[in-house]
Amino acid sequence: MTEPVVQIRDLRFAHGDRLIFDGIDIDIAPGGVTAIMGPSGTGKTTLLKLIGGQLQPLSGSIRVHGEEVHKLGRQALYRLRKRMGMLFQSGALLTDIDVYENVAYPIREHARLPEPLLRDLVLMKLEAVGLRGAARLMPGQLSGGMARRVALARAIALDPMMVMYDEPFTGQDPISMGVLVKLIRKLNDALGLTSIVVSHDVQETAAIADYVYLLSEGRVVDHGKPETLWDAATDWSQQFMQGLADGPVPFHYPAPGFREDLLAGGH
Amino acid sequence: MLDGLQSLGRATLGFFERLGRGNLFLLQILSHLPGMLLRPRLVLTQLYSVGVLTLLIVLVSGLFVGMVLGLQGYNTLVDFGAEESLGVVVALSLVRELGPVVAALLFAGRAGSALTAEIGLMKATEQLSGMEMMAVDPVQRVVAPRFLAALLSMPLLAAIFSAVGIYGGHFIGVGLLGVDDGAFWSQMQNSVDLRGDIYNGVIKSIVFGFVAGWIAMFEGYDATPTAEGVSRATTRTVVHTALVVLGLDFVLTALMFGD
Repeated sequence: MTEPVVQIRDLRFAHGDRLIFDGIDIDIAPGGVTAIMGPSGTGKTTLLKLIGGQLQPLSGSIRVHGEEVHKLGRQALYRLRKRMGMLFQSGALLTDIDVYENVAYPIREHARLPEPLLRDLVLMKLEAVGLRGAARLMPGQLSGGMARRVALARAIALDPMMVMYDEPFTGQDPISMGVLVKLIRKLNDALGLTSIVVSHDVQETAAIADYVYLLSEGRVVDHGKPETLWDAATDWSQQFMQGLADGPVPFHYPAPGFREDLLAGGH
Repeated sequence: MLDGLQSLGRATLGFFERLGRGNLFLLQILSHLPGMLLRPRLVLTQLYSVGVLTLLIVLVSGLFVGMVLGLQGYNTLVDFGAEESLGVVVALSLVRELGPVVAALLFAGRAGSALTAEIGLMKATEQLSGMEMMAVDPVQRVVAPRFLAALLSMPLLAAIFSAVGIYGGHFIGVGLLGVDDGAFWSQMQNSVDLRGDIYNGVIKSIVFGFVAGWIAMFEGYDATPTAEGVSRATTRTVVHTALVVLGLDFVLTALMFGD
C-alpha cells in the first residue's frame, strides 16, 4: 500500500475535562475521498483542527506528508498548511472584501504575482466552482451554498495536495447539496487531491467516499468501504448509517423513571 | 466559608492567567510591529477607521469641554480679578490632563469597542481560524496593524482635542465674556512649558493609546466566540480601558508633576 497522506496513531485529545478522542488510528490514502462520520459532538471538526495543527493533542501522533504536525516549528507548520486547504462549515470568508479578493487573498499573501496572472488564476478557480459571474459580489450577498463554493475556490487557490471539508453539506438545500457533492468528487479527481470529508450526512457522504471511518465517543467504531458499512457488523454502525431513532444510542437522554419524576411533583 | 475561599482562589488564578495571556499576546503583537513597515497599506486603512472616524466625536467633545472650562474658569477667576489668566487655566487643564484622558475615554468608546467587536466577530465566524489554515498569521495580518493604528492616532487625537478645546475656551472667554485677547494668548504662552506640559501630555496620550489598543485587541482575540461572548468582551474593553486610563493618569501625573 502507498504511504498514507495523513497517518494518525493513538491520538488522545481533551477539551478541558472532557475526553474527546481516546486513542484513535486513522489512515488517509492519497488520491481518494475519505469520509469521517459520526454523530454531532464527536469532535469531527476538532479532528480537522488537530490535523491542521491548530490544536495540540494530549498524546499520540499525526503525520501529514510524513511530517509530525505537532513537532513542527511555526514556519514549517505554515509551509505545511500551504499544502492543505480547508473548507470551514461557515465558509469563513473575509466579510470586508468581495468574492474575487477572497479567492485572491491566499495567493496575494504568499506569492508576488503580476495582476493579470493573478486575475487569470482567480477566475480559473471561480470557474471551477461555477461562480465566475459572482466575482464582484460581497460575501453578505451570497447564499449559504454559494458562500461554501467560494470558500472551496479559496481552499484550492494555492493548489494544495489535500483539502479538508468540515460538514460541507450541513444546512444546504437539495440543489446546492447536489452541487457540492459533485464538486468535491470532481475536484478531487481532476486536481489529483486527497480529500477528507467530515460529515454526518450519511447518504451524500457515502455516495462520494472511497473509504469511511465511523467515530463515536472518542473511538473509531468501524471503518471500511462505504458499501461494506451499509450492512455493518455492529449495531451502532447499523443505527447510524440507516438513521434509526432507537438502538444502542437510546432515544431518551438518561433520566430517572418517568413515573417517579411525575409523582415527585416538583419536589 | 470554604466555598467562598475556593471561588476567591479560582477568581484570583483566573485573573492572573488572563493577565499572563494578555502579556504574551502583547509580546506577539510587538514582535510583528517592525514587519508593518513593509505593509504600510494595512496600517493606513486602519488609521482611517480607527483615527479619522473618531475625529468627529473628538472635535465636538473637545469644543464643549473647552467652552465649559472657559465658563467655569472665568467665574472663579473673576472673583480675584485674575480673568486674564483664563488662557493659562484652559490650556494647562487641557494639555496636561483633559486632552489625553478624555480623548482616551472617547477613543475607548468609539474605536476600542469597534475593534474588539470586529476581531471578536472575526473569531466567531472562523475568519481568524481560516486565515491560520491559509498559513496567514492573524496577529500579523489583523491585530498588529490595528494596534499600531491605535498607538499612532491617540496622540494626534489628544492634541486635536486640546487645540479645539483651547479655541472653545477662547470663544467663551474672549468672544462672549470680554477677557482681553492679547492677555489670553500671551499669559498662556508664558506659562505653558513645552517640555513640562506639552511633552508630558504627549507621553500620557501615547501611553493611553498603547493601553487602549492592547486591551481592545486582547479582549477581541480572547473573546468567547459567541454573540454573548463578543458583547461581554466589548463591554470589558470600554470599562477596563476607562479604569486603566484613569489609574495610569494618576500614576503618570504623580511621576511628572509630583515634586
